[in-house]
Amino acid sequence: MVSTSFAENRFGLGTRGDEAAAGGDPRGWAVAQLARFDPHVAGIPDSRSVAIELADYLDLRASTKRMARMEAPPAGSVMTRAAMPVQAVRTPELMAAQLAGRAAYATLVGARINSALTTPAPFAERLTHFWANHFAVSADKATTIGFAGLLEMEAIRPHVMGRFGDMLLAVEQHPAMLLYLDQATSVGPQSMFAQRARKTKGLNENLAREILELHTLGVRTGYAQADVTEFARALTGWTVAGIARGPAARFVTGAPGQFAFVEGLHEPGDRTIVGRRYRAGGEEQGRAILADLAVHPATARHVVTKLARHFAADDPPPAMVARLEQAFLRSGGDLPTVYRALIDSPEAWNPATPKFRSPWDWTVASLRAVGVKRIDGDATAALLTQLGQPVWRPGSPAGFDDIAATWAGPDALVRRVEAAQRLAQRAGQGLDARTIAPRVLGAALTPATATAIGRSESPATGLALMLVSPEFLRR
Amino acid sequence: MFDRRNFLSASGWAAAALVANPTVAFARAETDKRFLFIIQRGAADGLAILAPTGDPAYAGLRGDLARDAASGTRLDSMFTLHPALGETAKLFAAREALFVHAVASPYRDRSHFDGQNVLESGAGGAYRLKDGWMNRLLGQLPGDKGIALSPAVPLALRGPVPVESYAPSALPDAADDLMLRAGDLYAKDPQLGPLWHQALAARDKAGDLAVGKGGAALGALAARQMSGSDGARVAMIETNGWDTHSGQAYRLAAQLKQLDATIASFRAGLGAEWRNTIVLVATEFGRTAKANGTGGTDHGTGSMTMLMGGAVAGGRVIADWPGLSNGALYEGRDLKPTTDLDALVAGAMAQHFGLDAARASALFPETRPVPFASKLIRA
Repeated sequence: MVSTSFAENRFGLGTRGDEAAAGGDPRGWAVAQLARFDPHVAGIPDSRSVAIELADYLDLRASTKRMARMEAPPAGSVMTRAAMPVQAVRTPELMAAQLAGRAAYATLVGARINSALTTPAPFAERLTHFWANHFAVSADKATTIGFAGLLEMEAIRPHVMGRFGDMLLAVEQHPAMLLYLDQATSVGPQSMFAQRARKTKGLNENLAREILELHTLGVRTGYAQADVTEFARALTGWTVAGIARGPAARFVTGAPGQFAFVEGLHEPGDRTIVGRRYRAGGEEQGRAILADLAVHPATARHVVTKLARHFAADDPPPAMVARLEQAFLRSGGDLPTVYRALIDSPEAWNPATPKFRSPWDWTVASLRAVGVKRIDGDATAALLTQLGQPVWRPGSPAGFDDIAATWAGPDALVRRVEAAQRLAQRAGQGLDARTIAPRVLGAALTPATATAIGRSESPATGLALMLVSPEFLRR
Repeated sequence: MFDRRNFLSASGWAAAALVANPTVAFARAETDKRFLFIIQRGAADGLAILAPTGDPAYAGLRGDLARDAASGTRLDSMFTLHPALGETAKLFAAREALFVHAVASPYRDRSHFDGQNVLESGAGGAYRLKDGWMNRLLGQLPGDKGIALSPAVPLALRGPVPVESYAPSALPDAADDLMLRAGDLYAKDPQLGPLWHQALAARDKAGDLAVGKGGAALGALAARQMSGSDGARVAMIETNGWDTHSGQAYRLAAQLKQLDATIASFRAGLGAEWRNTIVLVATEFGRTAKANGTGGTDHGTGSMTMLMGGAVAGGRVIADWPGLSNGALYEGRDLKPTTDLDALVAGAMAQHFGLDAARASALFPETRPVPFASKLIRA
């Protein structure tokens, strides 16, 4: 018989050390949160403000580069422009514009972690983190740093308790995704714009490929290169308003930071993708393809396998995957239906197969355990970088791995000990790990850890030991 | 002979490692030969790094992207090395660098993650083997140790032979007391115990190089970890950022500058041991022959591979060049692979570590390549 403490760790974000553990029925605890989730997060920028700042930055960067080039040594002297990574002159204005993107990132990291620390619905909050990683964008380009967190706030959160297809469309039309996977600058080779342009502009198949491989069907599910290229053609014209520069800019209308469909960039014609024909029809064509992909059986299998991996075991139990798949397909991708099937799966409640906590999971659980309710976004970002999982910066559209082999590394372990020492010293004043450990670890607390905590040389060491104990490193 | 694996399975070592000098745990290695693998994650553009400027189709396919080659180092009538690789060009002139073009692993699709899985596992397809070919190599070099210069152990090094990992941390060191007590808690944990022991050994070795960033610092750190009789003989560095769908000219030059600095500082740090060393640089697949519409290139197939080091019989480009004309491209878009990366790696390992053909071939148990017979390593 498992306890609510188990549910708080496996399904939630870890028990708060300064609150009494939720009693009662652990499955009921999880189900109740599906209705309790508030998608709104206060005090954050939006896509409009980030887009305006990004456009300023891009203009400034272009003009300082032009100036730098005029002052550069004449051609033929040692290096060409391309060989010498442009050291754009770092004018104060450019640096200030650059800081705007970083400031938005830090504010959003702060909003994410503080929401995780104080939410009344930690299971739902965990699900938003899960989906943000499924639809990963990486905040390591100047064009994505400010937008990356907004994908989670604006495209994921509103749909976590809705349909997968709605979330998919919101994600693929969000500026963060359109910029990160180069869709915003992809041009149909036969489009009006390409026909008129003197310089060849063309197709970029990055987003189309990753939608098929990562967001929906999954790799090796039968689609071919031709499907990728056709899909990329269908998606041409999907871009972001207010950011485009150069000759294409006048084609793009709309409020800054909003999705824009630009007919002049769109490749005309019917398309065939994964055996289905889609009539020419502007933005509708891409939408129709996404709608079909969202309920495709391969998508169901791909998505629920990842959910099962996240909640049950690194190697997802096949019987559980099959049940979740049925729930997904029968409900047309209704996510709460899938979550209920997840909660009803005994495999997710097996204490014998714990999940090794990712750095993000471990940090959130640690802060909750030592009673922190508010933490600065910059500090959080720096800590997660040191722990090996920089927030919204997986470095690849596949997102972060969700298996122990990735996170349980020798060096990673020492870093957690170092971080635990710091957290315990800073946040743990007056806390006694001997009373907190049974509360946050429940039945998982081993006699060895309890003894070690009891014998530690100081209260801070006791708290740090609790945070790095084998049972706390897992959920 | 002292067997490291047996030592690791002995009980009580985690705490002992803190009080004794952990370097005594490693037996004197069987070989002086050293091998460093630098993986380029994201599909590095071999057609820009080693540009086939002698191919009549190149300039037309690449447009603006072909401009870099004009200031690069002309290696022969066909190939030009990217201008950002100045140190690497010097190695080539000193016959310590060898490049192989139109190379690919057995993987023929265009997913980064599957492609890297094949490159690292050494399998015939994605997700067929759970261990990496470098771990299998360590299994054939008893007494030698391996290290990953990253916070976690990448797939290529994962497997039954324990491997260390180390990357510089900016966090303040934990107190010895906390380290000792945490080590006690991990001692009996089958997953965490061995990890803890490996971490302590690597930290001890890194010493004052533990802080520092960028390509040069990474090369110096790798050299430090691989120096001396107790140093690792097999190591791996992960590099990201090669997926240049847009803005390729600038991004690739910056990437290559870092790579060039890593190799130069690695060579300097190794000193005389450089003559016993080879460095392999490889990526999961190449990029499209034609530039795309956004100043970059998309996922392709054939790419290029580098072998560098004092032990390398360099100063040559090996390529059975397939050509870039429309009919010669793989699926009408990518550089067609004509050299099998597995066979090349098996050949380099066989010649460098003195493995017979059967053992070298077994590094890739599914494809069982015939190791490259032409001379890659100096006698």
